Amino acid sequence: MKDTLIISDTSLPVSLAEIPVTAYALFRQRVLTAMADENMHCVSYFAFPDDGEYRFICILADDQTHQLCLMGHRDQGPFLSLTADNPAFHVFEREIYERTGILPEEHPWLKPLRFSVDRQNSHKGMDHYPFFNIAGDELHEVGVGPVHAGIIEPGHFRFICHGEKVLHLEIQLGYQHRGIERMMESSRGGLSHALLAESIAGDSVIGHASTHAAVIETLSGSRLSASLSIERAVALELERIAMHTGDSAALCADVAYQLGQVVYESLRTIIINTTQRWCGNRFGKGLVRPHGTWFPLNEDLGRIICNNLDAVMERLLPMVDRLFTLPSVVSRFDGTGAVSRSQMLAVGAVGMAARSAGLKRDIRWSHPSMPWKETAFQPVVLETGDVMARAMLRKIETEQSVSLIRHWIDQIKEQAGAIEQPDYQRTLLPDALAVQLTEGWRGEICHVAITDKHGKIMCYKIIDPSFHNWMALALAVRMQEISDFPVCNKSFNLSYCGHDL
Amino acid sequence: MIKEINILGKHGWQYIPDLEDVTLPETFRGRPVISDAITNEEAVRLKECCPVYAIETSPVFSIHLGKCLFCGECSHVCPDRIRFTNDFRMAVTREEHLVIKAGSAEPVYPDVLAIRPEIRRLFRHSLKLRQVSAGGDNSTEMELNAAGNVNFDMGRFGISFVAAPRHADGIVLTGPVTANMAHALRMTWEAIAEPKILVLAGTDAISGGLFLKNTAIDRSFLSSIKPDLYLPGNPVHPLTVIHGLTALMGVRIRGGIPRK
Repeated sequence: MKDTLIISDTSLPVSLAEIPVTAYALFRQRVLTAMADENMHCVSYFAFPDDGEYRFICILADDQTHQLCLMGHRDQGPFLSLTADNPAFHVFEREIYERTGILPEEHPWLKPLRFSVDRQNSHKGMDHYPFFNIAGDELHEVGVGPVHAGIIEPGHFRFICHGEKVLHLEIQLGYQHRGIERMMESSRGGLSHALLAESIAGDSVIGHASTHAAVIETLSGSRLSASLSIERAVALELERIAMHTGDSAALCADVAYQLGQVVYESLRTIIINTTQRWCGNRFGKGLVRPHGTWFPLNEDLGRIICNNLDAVMERLLPMVDRLFTLPSVVSRFDGTGAVSRSQMLAVGAVGMAARSAGLKRDIRWSHPSMPWKETAFQPVVLETGDVMARAMLRKIETEQSVSLIRHWIDQIKEQAGAIEQPDYQRTLLPDALAVQLTEGWRGEICHVAITDKHGKIMCYKIIDPSFHNWMALALAVRMQEISDFPVCNKSFNLSYCGHDL
Repeated sequence: MIKEINILGKHGWQYIPDLEDVTLPETFRGRPVISDAITNEEAVRLKECCPVYAIETSPVFSIHLGKCLFCGECSHVCPDRIRFTNDFRMAVTREEHLVIKAGSAEPVYPDVLAIRPEIRRLFRHSLKLRQVSAGGDNSTEMELNAAGNVNFDMGRFGISFVAAPRHADGIVLTGPVTANMAHALRMTWEAIAEPKILVLAGTDAISGGLFLKNTAIDRSFLSSIKPDLYLPGNPVHPLTVIHGLTALMGVRIRGGIPRK
């Protein structure tokens, strides 16, 4: 049997029997060899119970060949961790250990991940997190959260500081754990799964809902129509523009630049109200459903979207021009919270954060689905990896998304086809796996579903980009002033609920 | 300086002067209206389609706004029978008022008699709130933020969110209350001085939504404390938030502030 299964088209389901199961030593060697190439990164690595043992599946993405590599092993007992040689796996192996109790030996940072409800060690809970500490009379610790000063999700941040300088930040998550993955395996079916997908992260409704819909469509063996794929792509880019604009407002607020804050805030209102006009919800809930849509993107809507984007850009451009030349803003953004390219690579960072530090990782380019496949798209990559780069990236990506939307809306006029309605009843192929990747505004979203012999979902794995990127934030604030933490945090704007699931 | 003037000129006036005088687009899914011509067969079909059990068929057909995710699926199953209107005024002070019965097209309003007298006496001109997210998906949280932004400007009524429970008059809770957050929620509540209010924002907070029967959820906090205000929505719209909070305080929002 081969040790690696390579797939080039994710819109086709994979038979579970085709996915290699090799001895762990061989698996480990293959994964580490593949990951030595920096064009490879891990999109998902998880375990699920199978015949009294655990079956492990690891999915690596190759950015150059646009393919996915699937590998696997079957184990009950401890194994030598991948993290010992490649730190990008730390978070995957921590999750596996928490849920299965199988020890990844020599893992350098084997901390609880989220104290999930299905954890093996149920004696330990949120109050038992083993924080790293440094001894020294001149050092002090600062604890923040889980409830924060603003209106934001909960998480606990523990800083070890020397004076104002942060030596180390440890982030404890899990407060938001709702057990979504287990529910995806047991809920009442089609519609409730679609609704669950929408609430994985309320700031990435379109990203997660369209990834979920694509997984279900793949497992039902159906192909998406051109108009439906364009509709989802437009909605995804609108979500990106809205979140980038909202984050820019928050970045301005964190450096006390009030004009920037209020202008960006009011522009975000226009964008999310456009989504509301389209589907009745400012975050796009209800817009994406498997196999069809209740809110077809017609020419009228296309015109409204374009007009609103014109109005936004007219006010956005002078604001951007001012923001990035204003000394009081530039001095706070420039060089703050820098993460180097090699650090991003080491922790396995994805999406916007990775691109801000010179790492070209963008699913729209590396593993494009329709309509990106037919669109000449090049991701924006900046070099400095600091708050300035992440702010600037938002600006450039906003402009890029606006022109993508205009381009696709022009195409709608040509193809007025039949409108498909959502369908929640279709049967899924048995013993199959579907994997889908979407570049949400924050980064890559990966959903994997596996069906049993009756075509029922027995394993559903969700990876939000925040899962990869929280460690990058912890690195960003090292040796920074603790007062710069808010602006560093906002420049990443990672999801708590997307991580905790 | 010229750049700033140019930006401000284009920015113009952003606040909505009269928050009562806002019409949301027809697509917005707010307070539902149910036809009383609904047949038994339709009622059963509608009840079955709802994944969060928001629909009851007896004694009369009804939709529970605190359970409803406003996905609108039932209105697609029977478009002649259920229609979601664009009315965002859905805040109530009594849980039983969350139930919208077939045949009722009456607007929903908070029941003044259910409001504790000290709330209006003490908080009428200033209401400072602490927000606790306990498993919220960040959409309701963002809408609560938006309620205070330049467009909706909740601060004009003296309402704002504060950075510490010691400064707060109450909690706005979002999310179904995860077991991992239950302790922190209780501690925050205990840190607030009496008298204090509890506001449940969004379907997840009001009923648990999709997560109700999940073991990762621990809603025991809500079994001992009676909420003062329910704000339905998924997520709750900023206008629903402001409409509800001002009604609780006894502040009139009609008229607003004239432009110039």
